Formats: sequence, structure tokens, C-alpha cells
Amino acid sequence: MSTVSLRHNRIDLALHELRSATGTGRPLLLLHALGSRSPDAVPEWAHTWPGAIAALDFTGHGASTVPRCGGYSPELLLADADHALAHLVADDPDAAITVVGTGLGAYIGLQLAGARAPRVHGAILLDGPGLAGGPTGPSSHNHFHLPSDGRAPDPYALMELGRDLRPADYATSFVRLANSGSPADTPIAVCATFRPAWLAAVVDAPGVIDTTLDDALSTFA
Amino acid sequence: MTSPARDEHGEVPFDGAERPARQYDLDAHGVRLAMKEWGEPDAHPLLLMHGGFDFARTFDGFAPRLAAAGWRVVCWDQRGHGDSEHCPLYSFEGDTRDTLAVFDHVAPGRPVPVVGHSKGGALMTQLADVQPHRFRSLVNMDGIPYKRNIPDLAEHERTTMLANEVGGWLDHRRRTATNQRKPGTIDELAKRRARMNPRLPIEWLQRLVTTGGFESDDGWRWKIDPAMRFGGFGPWRPEWILMRLPGLPMPFLGILGAQMEEMGWGTPPAKVMPYLPRGGRCEVLDDVGHFVHVEAPDLVASIVLDFLGDPS
Repeated sequence: MSTVSLRHNRIDLALHELRSATGTGRPLLLLHALGSRSPDAVPEWAHTWPGAIAALDFTGHGASTVPRCGGYSPELLLADADHALAHLVADDPDAAITVVGTGLGAYIGLQLAGARAPRVHGAILLDGPGLAGGPTGPSSHNHFHLPSDGRAPDPYALMELGRDLRPADYATSFVRLANSGSPADTPIAVCATFRPAWLAAVVDAPGVIDTTLDDALSTFA
Repeated sequence: MTSPARDEHGEVPFDGAERPARQYDLDAHGVRLAMKEWGEPDAHPLLLMHGGFDFARTFDGFAPRLAAAGWRVVCWDQRGHGDSEHCPLYSFEGDTRDTLAVFDHVAPGRPVPVVGHSKGGALMTQLADVQPHRFRSLVNMDGIPYKRNIPDLAEHERTTMLANEVGGWLDHRRRTATNQRKPGTIDELAKRRARMNPRLPIEWLQRLVTTGGFESDDGWRWKIDPAMRFGGFGPWRPEWILMRLPGLPMPFLGILGAQMEEMGWGTPPAKVMPYLPRGGRCEVLDDVGHFVHVEAPDLVASIVLDFLGDPS
């Protein structure tokens, strides 16, 4: 495994290249769950993937920078993932990647599939910490300073990204974006067993397949 | 064009505008906030919060009028704005935590009157809903969002609009590591800002350049972090702030400018009235835009001071 550092504003993101390109297959990008980090090696379930495999540590997680005083949002993590995407497709205008997201990473993977639809040939959404997200409307959640020693995972990341707003219609707007621009016929694959409201709405949207991880990998390979 | 005249502090003078009496830094649990105060240091404190893409010195005209009535007016540059620290991350929640550090610094354990403009008003309204014990009263100056001004579009047009917003924002984020704001003369920066503030006098905007900008070899630039970008997207709905109004337990005053502007929320006053809290009121200023305190500082100061009552 080798690691490259990608500069996102004042954050150095760690992108772990778990396996180099082995053929003509497109890259697979792994996005970890809330409070987690990238794996050190190619997960067993991904061994048959025909292309390169990389895994990103989000801001405040793993080997990426832990910023002071929080200010996290899923959209910030979407921009993290977009930096990884830019690195993986380099200057090839026709290149695309497939994304596998776990928990919070699944939500970010969905956003990336919509936001950069022509560059994402499928997003696979798996169970994991941070899948549920927070309220879907105004809430009484409060604000506190947290002790932080600079070690990952950042407690502000755990707090802020564990309760971010996730209205279902916002999530499905990314499905519409993916459908309108992705090279894949059905660009979103939901393999999660637990389906919070946003994910239940995603599963019901056109262009989304409800399947197993193995089948999803075969579909997008 | 010749450069406008500047005073001994290098700032463009403006009638009625005053520099803060005190300026210092506050460590807001790791974020350096630039504090600005007007009035006597031992007077009763009043918090005054600026809006997005503004900074504390935009109160140079308004704050002295409140201070003259006996208040210690405490303002600060929000993270990434004005003289405060440029941070890795920005969010409403981060700004709210910084604000709590200001409350704790100014009046630990005691409620204080609060005045917020635009985003500052919206943030304080949300904070007043979850930490009401910190507020003696709340004045919201044109910071009551209603909903986004999205015209009636077909679904595919709405999707295209979102795709452009998200793509544009991500493209911007890819450039944040190296971005700089565009340099120019004082007059050029003032005229750029005038595109968003068409109702404000150019002399005022020139002053803003010299209080919210810095000069280097190739010209003036705004101090605001170039990583920040106006607008954006996300799951948050502006009308959620409005929904918090009816339950506010402290005395509440809203001040709305009836003239719609790009930096404002475009909130029709009729949409706000049904949401006012018990005993709350809202003043609508007909021929005034989003920057109510800049366009009509004497009128707005008198309305606010009358509402706040005696400092003691």
C-alpha cells in the first residue's frame, strides 16, 4: 500500500492506494464510515475487482488532517471525495470510477455519484456507522465545545457528522443527478440492510437497484 | 481615477462612522476571533453580530450610535471574516460554537441583549431557541429567512440548476488550496461590492475596503478567506429559522427592509408576521434595503434603543 497526500484547502487528505491498476478496469474508491478509517489492504470482497483500488481518509479521520474546532458537513466530505476522484481520473476526460461507501461513506458516495455523475460509474451503499444521520427538519440539537487532542477521529467530526440534516428529498436529488449524467444505466446500488428514511427514499427512486454487494460489484465492473 | 482620501489610520472617512474603541483577540477554543468594541468598557454589554461576507467594521456607523446611549457594544469578526482566523472548516454550527465563546467571554452566566444582522440574525435566532438563558432580548435585522428564491421550474430544469450549483462549488473547492482574492484599487473593490450592495453609497463601500481589506504590492484584497464562497447548497432550509420564532421566550424585535437585494433573504414581511413570538413585533422599513443599519442608521438605532430600554 502507498499513500498520496491531496491538499484540500488547509487539509492534507490521505488517499491510500491499496492496489495499483491491474488492467483496463476502472478504479474503485472506498469511502469509510463515521469515526472509522481506510483499510490497510484490499478487502476480501473486492479482490475480484478488475481495476485499481484506493481508499480515502476523510477530513478528521485516519491519516488525514484533524482540524481545530470543527465545522464539518457531509458536503465538506463530498469535496474530500471529489479531490480523490480528481486524482484517480487524472487528466483522462473519459475516465470514471466506481465508489463503495460504508455508513457515512455511503451517503457521501451517493452525493459524489450525483455531483460528478459523468465521472462515477456506480455507487454502492453499504451499512456502517453514520448511515442514519440526524434530523430531517428543525431540531433542538445544542452546541458544545469538545476536548480535542488532535488525534483522529476528531470528536467534532463524530458529533457534527453524526447528526447532520438528511431530508429524504435532498438525498433523492442526488439520485436524479446521477441518473441524468452517469455512464451507468442504474448508477446507485443499495446493499445496506438498515434503511433510514433518506435511504428508503433512495431505494424507491428510479435508477436505483436493491441488491447484494457481490452483484453490485459485478454490475459496475 | 484618483484614490479616495484616507485618514491617519489609512481608512476612508465616512460621516458618522467611528473606529472601535477597543480591538483585541479572543481564543474561542482554538479559533482566534478578532473582537471590536465601542462604548465604555464597564457599561452593560450588548452583542452585535454581522452577516455572511461582512465583518464587524461594517458596524462602524451603527455601533457608535448604540454606544452613545450607554451600551458597551461588542462585535467580532466571524471565523474566516475580517481580521479573524482563516480556518480549515466553516459551518453554521462552527460559527455558533464560536458565538458561545463570545457570550462566555462577555457575560458569563448572565443574559445579554443581542442584535444580529442577516446571517448573524438568523444564527442568533436559532441559538436563542436552544439556549434562551443567554438572551435578555433579541433584535433580528433583516435576518429572517423565508425560503429560497427559486422560480417555478420543471423537474429537469431544477436538476440542471442543482448540478450547476454542486459542480461549481466542487470546482471551487478544488482550487481552495491556492485561491487568492482578486486584487484591485480601493475604487475597484468598492465598485465590485456595489454590484451586491447597489443601494449603499460608494464612499461607504470605499471605507469598507480600507477596514475589511488589506493592501499588498499588487493592490487591495478583501480579508475574507478566499476559501469561502457566496451561496451554496445543502439540506438546510431557510424557512426553518422562521419556524423557531413563535417559541422564543425573550422580548423580540424584527426589522425588515422592504427593498429586496441580492445579499438579503427576500423575505416578504407578510410571511413573517404570523410567526412572531408572543409580545414580539416587527418593523418594516419601506424604502430601505437589506442593510437597514447602514441605510438608515439613525432610524434603526432609535428603534433598537427604544426596544432595548435603559442599559441598566
